[in-house]
Amino acid sequence: MKTPLLRLDRLGVAFLVITIGAAALGPILALVVPRESAFAMPPYVVALLGKYMCYAILALALDLVWGYCGILSLGHGAFFALGGYAMGMYLMRQIGARGVYANPILPDFMVFLNWKELPVAWWGFHSFAYASLMVMLVPGVLAFAFGWFAFRSRVTGVYLSIITQALTYALKLAFFRNDFGFGGNNGLTDFKDVLGFNVQSDATRAALFSLTALTLALSYIIGRAIVVSKYGKAVIAIRDAESRVRFIGYRVENYKLFVFVVSAVMAGVAGALYVPQVGIINPSEFDPANSIEAVIWVAVGGRGTLVGAALGAVAVNFAKTYFTGAFPEYWLYALGGLFVLVTLFLPKGLVGLLNLRRRAAEPTPPSTASLAQQEEGAR
Amino acid sequence: MTEADKPELTGTLLYLDGVSVSFDGYKALRGLSLMLEPGEMRAIIGPNGAGKTTMMDVITGKTRPDEGDVYFEGRHDLTRLDEAEIAELGVGRKFQKPTVFENHTVSDNLLLAAKAPRGVFATLFGGAAAAERETIDRILTTIRLAEQRQRPAGALSHGQKQWLEIGMLLAQDPKLLLVDEPVAGMTDAETAATAELLREIARNHSVVVVEHDMAFVRDLGVKVTVLHEGSVLAEGSLDQVSADERVIEVYLGR
Repeated sequence: MKTPLLRLDRLGVAFLVITIGAAALGPILALVVPRESAFAMPPYVVALLGKYMCYAILALALDLVWGYCGILSLGHGAFFALGGYAMGMYLMRQIGARGVYANPILPDFMVFLNWKELPVAWWGFHSFAYASLMVMLVPGVLAFAFGWFAFRSRVTGVYLSIITQALTYALKLAFFRNDFGFGGNNGLTDFKDVLGFNVQSDATRAALFSLTALTLALSYIIGRAIVVSKYGKAVIAIRDAESRVRFIGYRVENYKLFVFVVSAVMAGVAGALYVPQVGIINPSEFDPANSIEAVIWVAVGGRGTLVGAALGAVAVNFAKTYFTGAFPEYWLYALGGLFVLVTLFLPKGLVGLLNLRRRAAEPTPPSTASLAQQEEGAR
Repeated sequence: MTEADKPELTGTLLYLDGVSVSFDGYKALRGLSLMLEPGEMRAIIGPNGAGKTTMMDVITGKTRPDEGDVYFEGRHDLTRLDEAEIAELGVGRKFQKPTVFENHTVSDNLLLAAKAPRGVFATLFGGAAAAERETIDRILTTIRLAEQRQRPAGALSHGQKQWLEIGMLLAQDPKLLLVDEPVAGMTDAETAATAELLREIARNHSVVVVEHDMAFVRDLGVKVTVLHEGSVLAEGSLDQVSADERVIEVYLGR
């Protein structure tokens, strides 16, 4: 059950089995199993679960900075949206002459605005490789620049949260403007194909589903490798007693910067997987409310657990889908209530609830070090 | 202490001259001068507000002095360096309130403190080296926490946390240890054990101890500096300073 690199606990193993299993089974259930069968996965379920898993990657990324390093980012949606826009730009350029105005180079909205040339920011996005690079580079560079200034100036706590919120809000306003060059209010949509495959087809959707599940598993593996390393221990120590870490000689700002950038890149990749599955990216993705909702997913699932964050994202969004269908006007109340309840009664979230049941059998609280005992206790 | 015009810097481990710090007009330190020889252990006493903690803040780079010189090993101007750089030079600090990493195990606390490369990538890809593990084992015995090594530090008693913090200082292997009120809140037995521990440490480290507890300072049996209103009032053995009239007036007489 234990690998030396990741020191996986039961929860981690279960998580990898489920995500990798979903990646393998998804396409079979969606494409091979006959539609009439009870096991068949209808296209709308494929799309919905794919979307949830993108949110799960975002939640996992947020948990890395918030749950482990204590940086409460209220603007992580910005990195998600930037990754999404980078992918959206590739998909726009794939439309080519099939647009309403049939311009082989310029996307429709540019023709509509009477633009004659492709803006520099759009150069290169006809190439999937270049777009994929930008999906990671743009959020990463923004996080690096932002973090470099914020962490060096020792901005922490609620002040940092407010600046992250301002960051995503500023980006939202910028992207809303038509002359900013990214489709303004309407954003980017009407995608036709990705790497030559029709984005609407069941096969493409199933492939995207699998890819998202694998990315989720990979994000967990990367996150887990980070948090169990000595670096991860230092990061947790920074969360718990920042100045103490400084006095034993660690450059706290560099430690924060690294985890922040990794997290932003992860969020960007999640956004890039999200856009082809939902078929649109617009400035509302930068809305501060989205970033705050992501914080709630992590809190509900259990911060500082990685698996919990992903679980929380899926659980809350499942509830959202149900609620907004059944009682649309009550969803925000339910979400707010959930946050209050979890904060008051489940400080460790859903994962804490799972651990609580297991802990009843043994007296000492489990930590990374007592995992061995924990496994014996459970046996 | 008279102010030396041309102090011999090279010989001293720590050299403070004319250090002043003020916060919003309040003068926490006024012209504080202090010298510490390599290998020396020094006790600093003084009433509340005498500037003991501010002095530690200046030495460790947390607070920048308004004026004055602070040199480490006669070469390093500590007023120009930040906390991490000063720690790297070999200055370790124990806080008044025990601050250990509560969610980490006792041995992980020591691992984080242990002398090793501090870069992001060094800690990301390197685990605990064999040498580090040996150091940790040795320190666990010294601080009497070998039995508790796998317990989370948050579960330790107050006295044990203080020892763990001293152990973390040892793991850093600094040239100079600054120890702020190590026996505050300890039982008599713990206090005696701590004095013994510090004397043991002082055999191969320079140590500055800030303490209120007179019995404890007497136990240490080292040179004492008395601070009052941000500067040095008296210096000498505990018996000498206790006999000083001004000291009696501001501190001991109370």
